[in-house]
Amino acid sequence: MATKRTVEVELSTTGLDGQGRPQRVPLVVDDGGSPVALEAPAAIEPDLAGDHMLINIGPQHPATHGVLRLVLELDGETVVRCIPHIGYLHCGFEKSGEYRQYNQIIPYTDREDYLNSPGNNVAFALGAERLFGVEITERCKVLRVILCELSRIISHLVWLGTTCIDIGAFTPFLWSFEKREKIYELFEAWIGARLTTTFTRVGGMGADIPDGWLVGLRGFLTDFPKTIDEIDRVVTRNGIWVGRTIGLGVMTAEEAINHGLSGPMVRASGVAYDVRKDFPYLDYETYDFDVPVGTNGDVYDRYLVRMEELRQSVRILEQAAARLPEGPINVKDHRLILPPKSKATSDMESMIHHFKQVMEGPRPPLGEAYVAVESPKGEKGYYMVSDGTSKPVRWRIRPPSFVNLSAISKMVEGHLLSDVIAINASIDIVMGEIDR
Amino acid sequence: MSTSFTPVVAGSALASDAPAPATAKSVPRQGETPNPSAAALQARFPTAVKQVRVVWGETTVIVDGGQLLEIVQWLHDDPSQRYDFLSDVTAVEFRDLELPIEVVWHLRSLPYRRFLRLKVLLEKGSPLEVPSVWSVYRAADWLERECYDMFGIRFSGHPDLRRLLMWEQYREGYPLRKDFPLRGRFSRSEQLRQALAANPEARYTKEELSIAQAFEDLPDDMRRRLSAGEKTGE
Repeated sequence: MATKRTVEVELSTTGLDGQGRPQRVPLVVDDGGSPVALEAPAAIEPDLAGDHMLINIGPQHPATHGVLRLVLELDGETVVRCIPHIGYLHCGFEKSGEYRQYNQIIPYTDREDYLNSPGNNVAFALGAERLFGVEITERCKVLRVILCELSRIISHLVWLGTTCIDIGAFTPFLWSFEKREKIYELFEAWIGARLTTTFTRVGGMGADIPDGWLVGLRGFLTDFPKTIDEIDRVVTRNGIWVGRTIGLGVMTAEEAINHGLSGPMVRASGVAYDVRKDFPYLDYETYDFDVPVGTNGDVYDRYLVRMEELRQSVRILEQAAARLPEGPINVKDHRLILPPKSKATSDMESMIHHFKQVMEGPRPPLGEAYVAVESPKGEKGYYMVSDGTSKPVRWRIRPPSFVNLSAISKMVEGHLLSDVIAINASIDIVMGEIDR
Repeated sequence: MSTSFTPVVAGSALASDAPAPATAKSVPRQGETPNPSAAALQARFPTAVKQVRVVWGETTVIVDGGQLLEIVQWLHDDPSQRYDFLSDVTAVEFRDLELPIEVVWHLRSLPYRRFLRLKVLLEKGSPLEVPSVWSVYRAADWLERECYDMFGIRFSGHPDLRRLLMWEQYREGYPLRKDFPLRGRFSRSEQLRQALAANPEARYTKEELSIAQAFEDLPDDMRRRLSAGEKTGE
């Protein structure tokens, strides 16, 4: 048998290869120099290492909690890169606000973070009041605390329910939405609206609580901790839940601060930063409550922090209901607050105030104010700039879930595709607030 | 849970007898004591700090755009300042079009519980460009992209300055600028025409397609359109 040598010859007939070079093919010749038949090459493992896959999630996908779109680069099932796309819900609230009087902007605040509408109303009113230099009444402060904490409970319950569904538990969703319904009933009795409340005014509130409303609130506060305990018992030590949340999307304390995370996201990473404690508003420093802090900064800790925040909100609500002082809810300034309808139709001065306020709107002095509150998602800031007219020259929302979401690329890297859903859920995004 | 865990506590750099934070009451429009960091900035960067003003108890430091990154880096690193939290990056354009556009940074020092507003004034007619603080705060990534998207202010040094809320082929300009009409620059019929002409199938950028050499897997007509140079849309 002749020994085979492998030589390379240039074959002009095969043309050019992909790079434009003349193609060279191996040719086997025997010792005599005549070609022999090629043997089939030995089977080799296909090299898959370089093959990355492109996966698109959203924008219409139930697990993205809104119109978020993630383009993922996968190596097998591991995420190598995540490119988020937002803006599908952008409707220019900030631009529209420049053409509205201050009280007319409040409906916009309902519709950005629609799970926390009363909290946004309060935050906006606080910002505008600083711009107007108004000090609200004591009763108004306590009522606003009640609004903020009830809406925090709503937001966390929706987060809890939807995240449980994402991870495969259906029952807590029903329990939490049932309790959420109870709060909406309370809102309906007080405000008349459920989701889009539009309830604060610059300098006060739309209405005082109706008679007996606090009884309903106390009833809710007695029932609600039982639901938290129930969910706690079903979820916290559940093997599937623990297995699908521990060690995912870890952010260290330094990273979390540097990425601007706030709210439960930064607290789960072990940073005790809560706007209510560190830059208080509405006399939050006089309420006795704790700031829960996680240790590992993973999805499981974010869940634990939010569960504890539900309990702390109940504590704050109990104190607020106990201390609610008597008195007016609105400041005594008819340039800001509409006079009562009966006076507006009978008293000349009240009518003038009413007319001027509706047609022109109150005018703050020149200046600017940034007021941040602790929304359920984190530090929500309203930055307003006045040029002395009745409409703000700039109204800016600092959306907490926008900044929290911007860290998702970092959080999902190196995790499995199925974990992307859990990590995304743990951020607690509301696209209305992100796109505005 | 590890026993060695210690949380990062806001206010940790303050003296133990420092007063607890409290809700600000009856803040006057002017005359509040400025944030001590303003004086420190004036001492450290005497030429860069142009003005310090306190309105409604919030300190605003107007600085020179050229030295902004240096100033922010110093505020972040200096042990007596430690501004570790970037709340917000935004811009303000006034209705009086003669006034400069202001770029605004809201910084928080969690260890000292301080709040500081930095501003750079961009005179009308000058290029709308400021340094990016992305290298100091990762939080600036999307905040600066949004500001660029809405105002057209370029943040030099930002690694990926693309439009964020508007799509990449958006041609009407910068929505939050005062010369941008509330209804948009194009007529309703033109906006409708563009929306209908948008190609919802071409949803990936070239960069994303390169991930998986996914170009080859696309349907024939889409491949043809893309290779003919058609831009992909969102």
